[in-house]
Amino acid sequence: MASIIEVKNLRHVYSAGTPFEHVALEDVSFTVERGEFIGIIGHTGSGKSTLMQHLNGLLRPTSGTVLLDGKDIWTDKATTRQSRFRVGLVFQYPEYQLFEETVYKDISFGPKNMGLDEQEVDRRVRQTAELVGLTPEQLEASPFELSGGQKRRVAIAGVIAMEPEVLILDEPTAGLDPSGRAEVLGNIEAYRKAKNATIMMVSHSMTDVARLTQRLLVMNGSHLAMDGTPREVFARAQELVDMGLDIPEITRVFLKLKELGLPVEPVYTNEQAVAQLTALRGGVIHA
Amino acid sequence: MNTGIQTEHLAYQYPGVDNTPGVAVFEDLNISIAEGSFVAILGSNGCGKSTLAKHFNAILLPSGGKVYVCGMDTAKEDRIIPIRRNVGMVFQNPDNQIVANVVEEDVAFGPENLGIASPMIRKRVDEALKQVDMYQYREHAPHLLSGGQKQRVAIAGVIAMEPKFIVLDEPTAMLDPKGRREVMQTVSRLNREKGITVVLITHHMDEAAMAQRVVVLHKGQVALDGSPKEVFSQVEVLHGIGLAAPETVELCNDLNHQGFDLPLDCLNAEECAQAIYDMLQTRGQED
Amino acid sequence: MLKDITLGQYFPGKSPIHLLDPRTKLLFLIIYFVALFTADGWVSYGIVLVFLSVVIYMTTIPLKSIVKGLKPLIFILVFTGILNLFMTPGENVLVSFWGLNITTEGLVQAIFMVSRILMLIVGTFLLTYTTSPIALTDGLESLLGPLKKLRLPVHELSMMMCIALRFIPTLIEETDKIMSAQKARGADFETGSLVQRVKALVPILVPLFIGAFRRADELATAMECRCYQGGEGRTKMKTLHYKRRDFVAFASGAVLVAGIIVLRSFGL
Repeated sequence: MASIIEVKNLRHVYSAGTPFEHVALEDVSFTVERGEFIGIIGHTGSGKSTLMQHLNGLLRPTSGTVLLDGKDIWTDKATTRQSRFRVGLVFQYPEYQLFEETVYKDISFGPKNMGLDEQEVDRRVRQTAELVGLTPEQLEASPFELSGGQKRRVAIAGVIAMEPEVLILDEPTAGLDPSGRAEVLGNIEAYRKAKNATIMMVSHSMTDVARLTQRLLVMNGSHLAMDGTPREVFARAQELVDMGLDIPEITRVFLKLKELGLPVEPVYTNEQAVAQLTALRGGVIHA
Repeated sequence: MNTGIQTEHLAYQYPGVDNTPGVAVFEDLNISIAEGSFVAILGSNGCGKSTLAKHFNAILLPSGGKVYVCGMDTAKEDRIIPIRRNVGMVFQNPDNQIVANVVEEDVAFGPENLGIASPMIRKRVDEALKQVDMYQYREHAPHLLSGGQKQRVAIAGVIAMEPKFIVLDEPTAMLDPKGRREVMQTVSRLNREKGITVVLITHHMDEAAMAQRVVVLHKGQVALDGSPKEVFSQVEVLHGIGLAAPETVELCNDLNHQGFDLPLDCLNAEECAQAIYDMLQTRGQED
Repeated sequence: MLKDITLGQYFPGKSPIHLLDPRTKLLFLIIYFVALFTADGWVSYGIVLVFLSVVIYMTTIPLKSIVKGLKPLIFILVFTGILNLFMTPGENVLVSFWGLNITTEGLVQAIFMVSRILMLIVGTFLLTYTTSPIALTDGLESLLGPLKKLRLPVHELSMMMCIALRFIPTLIEETDKIMSAQKARGADFETGSLVQRVKALVPILVPLFIGAFRRADELATAMECRCYQGGEGRTKMKTLHYKRRDFVAFASGAVLVAGIIVLRSFGL
């Protein structure tokens, strides 16, 4: 794997020099490998959103650098603009940014801004629509006629259609019911597989990040507090709780089991839990 | 029969647009909510949860059947104000239900509308803010508060009217885990200590598990109705209508598919771990 | 960033000026304006200036904040000054160049005009700096109360003002967010011809309006749920009462105007 994003000593200060001065990021450094699925967790105000907006050049670092494929995204205007297309950013509640008359036009907004020709725009819109499960009839409908879950998927499609190498999503499942959540997460996974894209997902659902991601970044008080695999991060359950974060219920169950004296390792998904307990039962039975 | 909320053969259809036929949400719904209880109403998006909530305080009126609040028919024009002062509503988006730009002024809004004398309003406002633990923020501007704090201000605004019922329509959908905890603690405390009837509409299973009674709606019908343990142990039924059981129940269910024999009513990590532990111990002893 | 704009500019405090009834402050501002426009001589202007300085001192608001607030208005002040300086006809020519004359009369007139505008603006600032928007709205509603008899929707207007003040910060934040989101999709607001730039605003304005309507709709429902039925039969948590200090303020205002009128008759 080769690294695609490199963040070095990133610092960001809002309203510098005013009484409202606020340090949102302090000395944040990490590297993202191509094709990784990374979860970003942290409570509100920990700097997650600010961090995300640095990765595609929406915010300019107060100090420190963000490298995309080894090149500083602030080298010149063209590079910054390119970074917006190469690193797609889906904000929270993205359906509130829909504006076109038809779903088709809305999804094509990004690709058109990239200066692609009509044929290519058309291919991308249709391919993305299929990926997120929108029918050709729905493409001609007004986005405002769709259900909440469908609107969300149209909005995400609008960013995916730019075919970014890195797709960043801020709480893509917020406010959706369980089946809506499963659909959106399925779409993200499908895009990742189709393009070998790098995914970074901010989420409050520990169960989702535990199940989907290979690596977690934990933000706390403007700092990057932890960076590791879900196994490593959730092993530090107490620290997470102290930061005001949740841990997956399954992890809690296993911490309790360990307390009760069972020889179990920390887990964070149902599959792992079932595997361990089945083995344990086998052990007990055959003992 | 003169207490609580009852729907009798409730039918409702959204009016159609441009001569298209309306969409029926309920055809014959019978639900009764006892005074003093804490009832969670669950269901996937579009099952009619919010529409039902709006019938409880005469924001929507039945197109067939009746809704009674403390024996008052919601369809009777002259009962609207007594009904609304008794059934307080809290909505999903905290930003869109706060009227004034000072916290205490907002909490005073309801009592002011009821024409209560000024010194009495002051007393009620202070008391309501103390109950939701927001008294120290009484002179703050709402837009500077966190989501959980805003939602607690909204709850204070409702309890300042001294209602018998509070209906909360997905009050935590837009909040982070910390905000969710704050709101849920406040709500269950109001039920426990003040005897206020709580109707909580949600699609978070762990929140519903805090209620005394869970009603699952599906396509305008009651699919399940009972204590949280009774309802959540029906894992297959829940999956069939696009919902999930709490994570601990899902774990036990997965384990049972592997030949375990666990009860499906463990709603928290402690209970779940204990059940797994007990089962493994008995297995051990049997051999 | 849009967020940095401070609106309403209320400086919370407990000074005697802060504690005045908002109606007193509104009426007093009118009295002050009358005095300012009646003033017609060095002495009169001097007295108004002294009066204003005392009030500024009483508010405990740092002079720096007031001067800062004046910055965006420098252009108007300079423009007024220059206009009066060159355009006032007079006999006593002080300087003359490029066919333009600066006369003593022009100089005096320019100083008077600039200081009049300056004192006008600072007076208004003091009102908004020391009065919370909600108190201001209450004060206006109360003062305009008699107009209800003429079927003017006074309560509705003040309710609208209150809601507008409540939602301005929310909408500014939302605009910021929509702009970032559209920028992330490659929208370009900074380059291109005027037509292109106006067109580039569509992806911001459409979601902003749709969002505002959605909010308005939800807010209306929430208000209904809290038994709102218009101004009829409504009470207030904070009722307005004139206190001793309000009468003191009115008395000093009356003295000021009377004094200025007397001075005017002497041409001072």
